[in-house]
Amino acid sequence: MDKMPAWADAVLVPLISILLAAAISALVILAIGENPVEAFRIMVKEALSTSRGIGYTLYYATNFIFTGLAVAVAFHARMFNIGGEGQAMMGGLGVALVCLYVPWPHWTLALFGAAAISALFGAAWAYIPAYLQAKRGSHIVITTIMFNFIAFSLLNYILVNVLRPQGSMDPATAKFPEATFLPTFQSMFSTADTVMFRNAPANVTFFVALAACVAVYFLIWRTRLGYEIRAFGHSETGAKYAGISPVKITIVSMLISGGLAGMMALNTTMGEAERLVLNATEGAGFIGIAVALMGRSHPVGILLAALLFGFMYQGGSELAFWTNIPQQLIIVIQALVILFTGALDNMVRMPLEKLFLSIRKGDA
Amino acid sequence: MTFMKTILGSAAALALSAGAALADPALIYDLGGKFDKSFNEAAFGGAERWAKETGGTYKDIEIQSEAQREQALRRFAEAGFNPVVTTGFAIAGSIDAVAADYPDTKFVTIDGWVDPAKHPNVVSILFSEHEGSYLVGMMAGMASESKTVGFIGGMDIPLIRKFACGYAQGVLAANPDATVVSNMTGTTPAAWNDPVKGSELARAQISQGADVIYAAAGGTGIGVLQTAAKENILSVGVDSNQNHMHPGQVLTSMLKRVDVAVFDSMTAGADLETGTVKVFGLAEEGVGYALDEHNASLVSDDMKAAVDAARDQIIAGELKVHDYSSDDTCPVLKF
Repeated sequence: MDKMPAWADAVLVPLISILLAAAISALVILAIGENPVEAFRIMVKEALSTSRGIGYTLYYATNFIFTGLAVAVAFHARMFNIGGEGQAMMGGLGVALVCLYVPWPHWTLALFGAAAISALFGAAWAYIPAYLQAKRGSHIVITTIMFNFIAFSLLNYILVNVLRPQGSMDPATAKFPEATFLPTFQSMFSTADTVMFRNAPANVTFFVALAACVAVYFLIWRTRLGYEIRAFGHSETGAKYAGISPVKITIVSMLISGGLAGMMALNTTMGEAERLVLNATEGAGFIGIAVALMGRSHPVGILLAALLFGFMYQGGSELAFWTNIPQQLIIVIQALVILFTGALDNMVRMPLEKLFLSIRKGDA
Repeated sequence: MTFMKTILGSAAALALSAGAALADPALIYDLGGKFDKSFNEAAFGGAERWAKETGGTYKDIEIQSEAQREQALRRFAEAGFNPVVTTGFAIAGSIDAVAADYPDTKFVTIDGWVDPAKHPNVVSILFSEHEGSYLVGMMAGMASESKTVGFIGGMDIPLIRKFACGYAQGVLAANPDATVVSNMTGTTPAAWNDPVKGSELARAQISQGADVIYAAAGGTGIGVLQTAAKENILSVGVDSNQNHMHPGQVLTSMLKRVDVAVFDSMTAGADLETGTVKVFGLAEEGVGYALDEHNASLVSDDMKAAVDAARDQIIAGELKVHDYSSDDTCPVLKF
């Protein structure tokens, strides 16, 4: 028998965690002499009540959906892919190469081409740690995090020495050709009279991210491979006994994970910057871990958690504009949410489980 | 319908707040933050000086992500701030994308380059870091007894290569047999704020024989200067005057007057001349070397005479210091 109903596990635990994080954040804001209610009002107003704010929230959320799904897929096979950052960076390199050197006739084709290559580059970057884990037993956490640093260095070298236009001081590629520009929400949803999502970076990649959510759902719960991944994750020996190859599952799930992380570059590199910059991923690979933990590695949960983090990013930057709350404190607030939803999960879960058990005993 | 109302409502609110803040300047710091003891902090210093001297107010923001560059520019322009001053080369692309939408707002990019023909409301302020670095390089070359001097950069990016290349030319001009050891701290933005790594690199260079080390690495340089002082060798500070940090042990500092650029831009206010590229070189005193009571004992008269002569020659155009960014090569240093 489950200790508590599924809805409580999926909704109640994260919700209480967020409320606890919000309460402590409010105390922190009070402590520096600002008004937490006002701060929260600004965050909601600027991130959720205007189409432009929503455009920014969704832009950040798109990044976190991709990296969250990436972590989740690996997590179903009980692997901790901390390399989302590096894989996304390599995905960006792939996107830059196809956008710069292939004469795309239309953005739709460019999007398909770039999606394929970004997934390929991301997956290739995940392949080496996966192979080392599967064949040599090198721990995936260690190798993926080391590969992040290798990716940083490689990208730095390539941008400064190879892809940078001559004479430019900025370690970034040239602007991509116009045919590869992805439609933004502004161009998609504005009518002749009203401009929606003005200048917000949200773009068509958001729908690619939603499609990825659906695809991951089907992969994990509706296909044989997904079953094998989950079986392997629950018990390696059990999976082996059932004829599932641990080597194959380790490598395949890491390839899918790396591919998803790589596709994040569609949003940042192709959708927003329209060129590859040195600092294109900005920690989204790491936020993906928190998103996957909070979303219980389920696409719906990840979507919701990604939206929450998108809201915190956008609301946080607006706080910096309109209040005197320093940027560092906004990072503290984000960290509190991660701490409560990720690391202190059991603090909320265990009392809740006890509560539900006692209710059931009362019923019986 | 209610959604539309909200949008219109917030647009109206924005229009109202636009009137309130009219003509206050705004300052956007680069990633790395306001208090980096170096580049951004110099900009902050300039803005504070302006506020103190004029009694004016300004709004500043530290951005946290790439997407916020454009967001911050638009926010400030729409709220009526003028001029909008930015630091760091990385924001230039965003200014290029945004400037045409706000023709009445003046944008200043310090270290970035925006085409003046395309954007009449943008002024790009560049510094001749290679010339300033050349002068401190000469001093390092003369002060070195081991004939080995060090350079520690932040990230391996063109701007830092420009520092390194000017420095190496100066060293070799003063001391033709000298060796220049060059290291970069890292490949992520964290490299600008990693004093521990700076200290390690300084130790590594000392073990290779370096007895003067120049740090162009933001907050990382603090570790370099500290280790150099501890190991009894000389160091050279950067951007701000860092001589006071270890009196008698910092040979000099390569000054890059970001503070002056910010101060001047804010003072000019809405009358700021735009549509140009301004280069702050030795002649404009935008770059130079620092001499004060903390390093007076380290700088001999010969040294000062030689460096001042070189400075005059550079200003007069008789001495050309190769600029790495002009052709992406450096004749004396390999990267």
